[in-house]
Amino acid sequence: MSAPRGKPLPQPTPETAPYWEGCKAHELRLQFCNDCQAFFFYPRIFCPRCLSENVEWKPVSGKGTLHTYVISARPAPGFENDVPYTIAIVKLDEGPHLMTNIVGVEQKPENLPAGLPVEVVFEDVSDTISLPKFQPAGAGRNA
Amino acid sequence: MAWDLRKKVAIIGAAETDTVGAIPNITQLGLHGQAARNAIKDAGIDKSQIDGLACAGESVVAVADYLDIQPRYVDGTSVGGSSFMIHVAHAVAALEAGYCNYVLITHGESGRSRVGRGGFGGGAATLGGQFEAPWGILGPPNTFTIPIVAHMTKYGTTEEQLASVAVATRQWATKNPRAMMRDPITIEDVLNSRLIAWPVHLLECCLVTDGGGALILTTADRARDFAKPPIYILGTGEGAENMMISTMHDFTESLAFNRAATRAFQQAGIERSDVDHLMLYDAFAHTPLYGLEALGFVKPGESGPWFAAMNSAPGGTLPINTNGGGLSYTHTGMYGMFALQESVRQLRGEAAAQVPDVKISVAHGPAGFFAASGTVIMTNQA
Ligand SMILES: [Zn+2]
Repeated sequence: MSAPRGKPLPQPTPETAPYWEGCKAHELRLQFCNDCQAFFFYPRIFCPRCLSENVEWKPVSGKGTLHTYVISARPAPGFENDVPYTIAIVKLDEGPHLMTNIVGVEQKPENLPAGLPVEVVFEDVSDTISLPKFQPAGAGRNA
Repeated sequence: MAWDLRKKVAIIGAAETDTVGAIPNITQLGLHGQAARNAIKDAGIDKSQIDGLACAGESVVAVADYLDIQPRYVDGTSVGGSSFMIHVAHAVAALEAGYCNYVLITHGESGRSRVGRGGFGGGAATLGGQFEAPWGILGPPNTFTIPIVAHMTKYGTTEEQLASVAVATRQWATKNPRAMMRDPITIEDVLNSRLIAWPVHLLECCLVTDGGGALILTTADRARDFAKPPIYILGTGEGAENMMISTMHDFTESLAFNRAATRAFQQAGIERSDVDHLMLYDAFAHTPLYGLEALGFVKPGESGPWFAAMNSAPGGTLPINTNGGGLSYTHTGMYGMFALQESVRQLRGEAAAQVPDVKISVAHGPAGFFAASGTVIMTNQA
């Protein structure tokens, strides 16, 4: 059995760099449209609702709810030691939703009811990249 | 007020590659070519008459060159597996506007043997590379399937109901000698098959095969001069929504599906009850659920119980995926062409599992997971 390949790492772009810088600092930061008064995700050069450039980066609570997911029984390259793992959509309390993994809990459907309150936890995966993952709220930072 | 495009254009040629399944000795481009040649023979048309070309997955110029034709209309729309429904929609408009007289639409894909095909694109700096790949997506089985739990949560859709889609589709495949999987299966077989990505099991995932198909379309006045009875286009629709599965707006429905389906039925001017036969692109067991709801045959949330009642199976109220579908017949990667082919066969009376008296058939599907969609409504009634 050969050692797993490395996992794919994101490569920030000028548009997304502030997001990844926030993650590196273990702070979830999203863009906020000052005209719509609403957050949006993924990062863009303007607000996707009103196309306003009057947007700024703001920290969000890191809290949300589990919306939908699969528990992957087969690994993507680099994830051989992780199966089964949950690929989830989490709806942040501030509105936007994003893809993530649910960690800090045995990966079983009965542990993962839709609507489960979750909170962000960051996993340092390289010198420059930390990935936001989510765990059941109040589960302790043991990812 | 939109132009009335009903029955202005017809399919005069339709054929698949000689075989589907494992075709290790033909390149992907060659599969486009073989499908095109077979459609040309099916129509009884001279190749030199073809002046419009559309395809996905390969460059439209590469296919033109391979066939040695010089089209004056090209459509390289390549949004995923239902690109061909969209090609039909565009061809109807182009033919009616006189841009060209005969449009050839080709599909060929070496999805299983991977002969002469490039790799998937997408680097670490793309949106998908940044906001999906780091969490372990492997491709369709653990990505396209992510919305299912949202549907289960909102509507009470069950694992057994999802499994029933695979069971009903396999019943059709038992009647089709070209189908890859032909042994009958039960709900228990599906639920006991290997877990791929909960709640999805192996038998709820499409096959991975080689093959292709092609269509030839022309205006209704020209269509009468060819070998087979014309299959008229009644309505078409297309839509696009989300580049990544994670940017769907509502995981219980596809906005692209809704757009495509709504316009196709508006254009056709028919009722759902007028439809005799339906092809719902089944990449996984859940895509027909989303399709049936988007097309308006049932209300949102009602598709699970509807399929569990075996309404889509042989002898049911609305035959669906009568070739055996992507789950049991064949699935090259961009399956939409095969859905269109089966609609044409049913309307011609040529299908392996022929449904009696099919007058109107609908082919509908997703493209690029739920990124985009196309719908085509066809009839054999002049
Ligand atoms: Zn705005």
